Amino acid sequence: MYLFDPVFLARIQFAFTLAFHILFPAFTIGIASWLAVVEWRWLKSGNPVYEAVYRMWVKIFAINFGIGVVTGIVLSYQFGTNWSGFADQTGNVLGPLLGFEVLTAFFLEASFLGIMLFGWNRVGKKVHFAATIIVACGTLISAFWILSANSWMQTPQGFIRKADGLFYPENWIQIIFNPSFPYRFVHMVTAAYLTTAFVVGGVGAYYLWRRRHEAPARVMLGMAMIMAILVAPLQLLLGDMHGLNTLKHQPAKVAAMEGLWETQRGAPLKLFGWPDQEKEITRYALEIPKLSSLILTHDPNGEVKGLKDWPPEDRPPVAWVFWSFRIMVGMGLLMIATGVMALILFLKKTLFQSRWFHLWCMALAPSGFAAVLSGWFVTEIGRQPFVVYNVMRTAESVSPVGAAPITVTLAAFILVYTILFGAGTYYILKVIAKGPVMPEEAPFGTHGLKDPLGLEARSEKPGGSHV
Amino acid sequence: MFNLENSLNLPLIWYALIGTAILLYILLDGFDLGVGILFPFAPSDRCRDRMMNSIAPFWDGNETWLVLGGGGLFAAFPLAYAVLMPAFYFPIIFMLLGLIFRGVAFEFRFKSSGLSRRLWDYAFHFGSLVAAWMQGAVLGTFVQGVRVAGRRFAGGAFDWLSPFSVMTGVALVFGYALLGATWVILKTDGDTQKWARQCARYVSIHVALFMVLVSLSTPFLNDSIKALWFTTPTLFYLAPLPLISVGMFVLLWRDLGQQKESRPFFLSIGLFFANYLGLGISLWPWIVPYRFAFWEAAAAPPSQSLLLVGTLFLLPLILAYTGYCFYTFRGKASHEWGY
Ligand code: HDD
Ligand code: HEM
Ligand code: HEM
Repeated sequence: MYLFDPVFLARIQFAFTLAFHILFPAFTIGIASWLAVVEWRWLKSGNPVYEAVYRMWVKIFAINFGIGVVTGIVLSYQFGTNWSGFADQTGNVLGPLLGFEVLTAFFLEASFLGIMLFGWNRVGKKVHFAATIIVACGTLISAFWILSANSWMQTPQGFIRKADGLFYPENWIQIIFNPSFPYRFVHMVTAAYLTTAFVVGGVGAYYLWRRRHEAPARVMLGMAMIMAILVAPLQLLLGDMHGLNTLKHQPAKVAAMEGLWETQRGAPLKLFGWPDQEKEITRYALEIPKLSSLILTHDPNGEVKGLKDWPPEDRPPVAWVFWSFRIMVGMGLLMIATGVMALILFLKKTLFQSRWFHLWCMALAPSGFAAVLSGWFVTEIGRQPFVVYNVMRTAESVSPVGAAPITVTLAAFILVYTILFGAGTYYILKVIAKGPVMPEEAPFGTHGLKDPLGLEARSEKPGGSHV
Repeated sequence: MFNLENSLNLPLIWYALIGTAILLYILLDGFDLGVGILFPFAPSDRCRDRMMNSIAPFWDGNETWLVLGGGGLFAAFPLAYAVLMPAFYFPIIFMLLGLIFRGVAFEFRFKSSGLSRRLWDYAFHFGSLVAAWMQGAVLGTFVQGVRVAGRRFAGGAFDWLSPFSVMTGVALVFGYALLGATWVILKTDGDTQKWARQCARYVSIHVALFMVLVSLSTPFLNDSIKALWFTTPTLFYLAPLPLISVGMFVLLWRDLGQQKESRPFFLSIGLFFANYLGLGISLWPWIVPYRFAFWEAAAAPPSQSLLLVGTLFLLPLILAYTGYCFYTFRGKASHEWGY
């Protein structure tokens, strides 16, 4: 029975906690870099609009970062609780990479975050700006190491596996800079930037649509659209290169993305379809002749390998990979289309007036998250049934923990993460609803000067709690 | 390939480093968790705001030592990590869930009011409490030892639950509460400080009680520990440790009755340090007690070498900027939220 299989349950739990975690880094990485740019613009121009934008988004950043940290800590222990076989055998190789992530990135982020959030009156403007930059760099360094570790699992090299089953490092440069790592790193960082751009753009569009906070909203939408115009097409290019690299190293994954069963020359591109793992066909396929060969081999009659080249027990779950890939690319195309529209509207000087476009941007605000999740589903599910591609199977890596404890903790994670997600979204929406506060309308004025120093403002709020 | 095996005793260095990381975690996150444990007992909301603010800029950095403890164990002693995590399955996961509530409460509490604020107050409290208790239970289980077959944990899901681990859990809760209370004495003044002083007195009695209980029961779990502490030559070498602890405790008790602000905190740290050292001596050289000594669980020498070189450069840097952050936020905490 599937439901009582510890391997299956452990996979579900791991996939759930990881998928939940990655939503937050995807936003943290992008917004940290963006806040650094905004603060730089503010220091450079002295324009209070940038200050208002910074102060609003740093609140959202803090909430997001907090959830990213607490869910990340869960992951660093899940390698042991869920995959102790994997931890034991690959520890020699992956351990140092994760160790370096802690030493070079996590401490940096966590320590300077304190200064970034609470240091306003304690350090000078330049030091504060430096703290913002350091936090932004920390998020990128963190992505560097964790993606190196993950890429090594996809395209392992630089090691030997001895008779005891353990992996031993042979060449660290080959391990860290394994073949898929450069592509994955760049693709993921761009993904994070795009995710952030569409959230920020969506919020800016919302203010414009509601005709509130006009000046900061223009900054938000404008900067976001610059990203959409420039980076969204770049992502298509990077994704294509990433895919070609995958074809070289993990052809079974690409065959699953394409839903292709028979090895053939002049393979068509299936736009949609329903892959059937048992019957070994893709039903109801809507195809464009030869396009798949053209994209993958740059030759309309090039040969593309089909899934039947691998024995059934070595094939990934095709439908998941196939559909996730289409969702990701679909989101990418929508983002490119948004960039094109923004460019045209900008040239017509109606970017900040076109209400239909603002609605469109609001609708696309979550698109980055959808693309990031489905992208990771392609990557990870496409690697199955291996944890370390072609070397170690997922089933070998499981912990000696029974189905019952995993079920209990899975239920606990789902419960807690649902609360977390609900509360996090609620408080972020609250910050968005309040909007950026321009310095001249700062709290003093609105408090009617009853308490100019704000000393009592917090504790004398009506309805304050008494625990 | 790059390998320091011939010039250095790598496993020993890593044993010491992991031990240090865990100690730093216990001391640093200990006072955060302690503040959380005492939180609902504070006399007013204003006190609670100040308590929260006194740790808000630090908790994340402090918690990172836990990631280093876990990640470092994975890197330097993968076998120990792979055996111990399944053995501590429930306490580890519930500790993590507790830390989640503790961590997000900082952000959420100040953005809400009324009932929901009170809910986050409790989330902060119970999150800290659960995390602290689970850590103590993990410690107790570690001292008792785990069942192993080959390279895997071979026990059941509830092996960790025993009267001893329940007791060490409670002991750690009181220990953290003492760290928390003395931290609050250091970082606040007026009513909050006064209350924290009373609190610290009350808590320290329990700490003393549990120190005696744990110290007396540990030797009976294992014969070699008993031999270490209760036979003649080693008894004399080790005797100073309990004596110093008693001395520090007496000093702490006196300080709490006077107006001392910072010394109680450092004395509590000293107490923790002495206990940790005592435990370390008892458990030497085990990394999976009574089954794998640290050199038997060590990662391949090239792996330990690489990370060691990194650590040598990075750890001083980390300590330096951690110090800078504590320095930036020196002085008394206010009750206003910072941004
Ligand atoms: C591409 C980026 C990326 C990916 C794939 C992951 N993470 Fe992550 N992680 C980050 C990017 C990140 C970050 C940007 O550095 C975070 C996100 C929010 C934050 O606060 O820092 C973070 C936080 C974070 C923390 C808390 C750090 C702290 O205390 O400050 C831990 C322990 C982990 N992560 C561990 C993991 C593990 C074990 C992963 C995979 C199995 C993982 N992360 C995937
Ligand atoms: C952060 C984005 C990531 C997401 C959303 C993600 C998602 C997933 C999913 C969905 C699975 C389950 C696949 C299946 O069982 O069918 C999985 C498995 C796994 N992933 Fe990832 N993953 C991510 C990053 C990583 C990273 C960075 C690592 C390691 C450094 C990693 C290591 C693993 C391991 C060890 C498994 C379990 C074994 C397995 O089922 O293959 N993942 N992940
Ligand atoms: C527009 C066309 C795009 C193409 C052709 C493309 C291509 C790919 C391919 C082939 C992979 C799998 C690589 C592997 O597993 O070996 C992948 C993964 C991924 N994609 Fe995309 N992608 C596109 C757009 C996007 C967008 C818009 C986002 C997010 C905003 C995104 C985020 C991701 C993520 C997070 C992964 C998993 C991590 C990785 O392997 O890099 N992609 N993409």
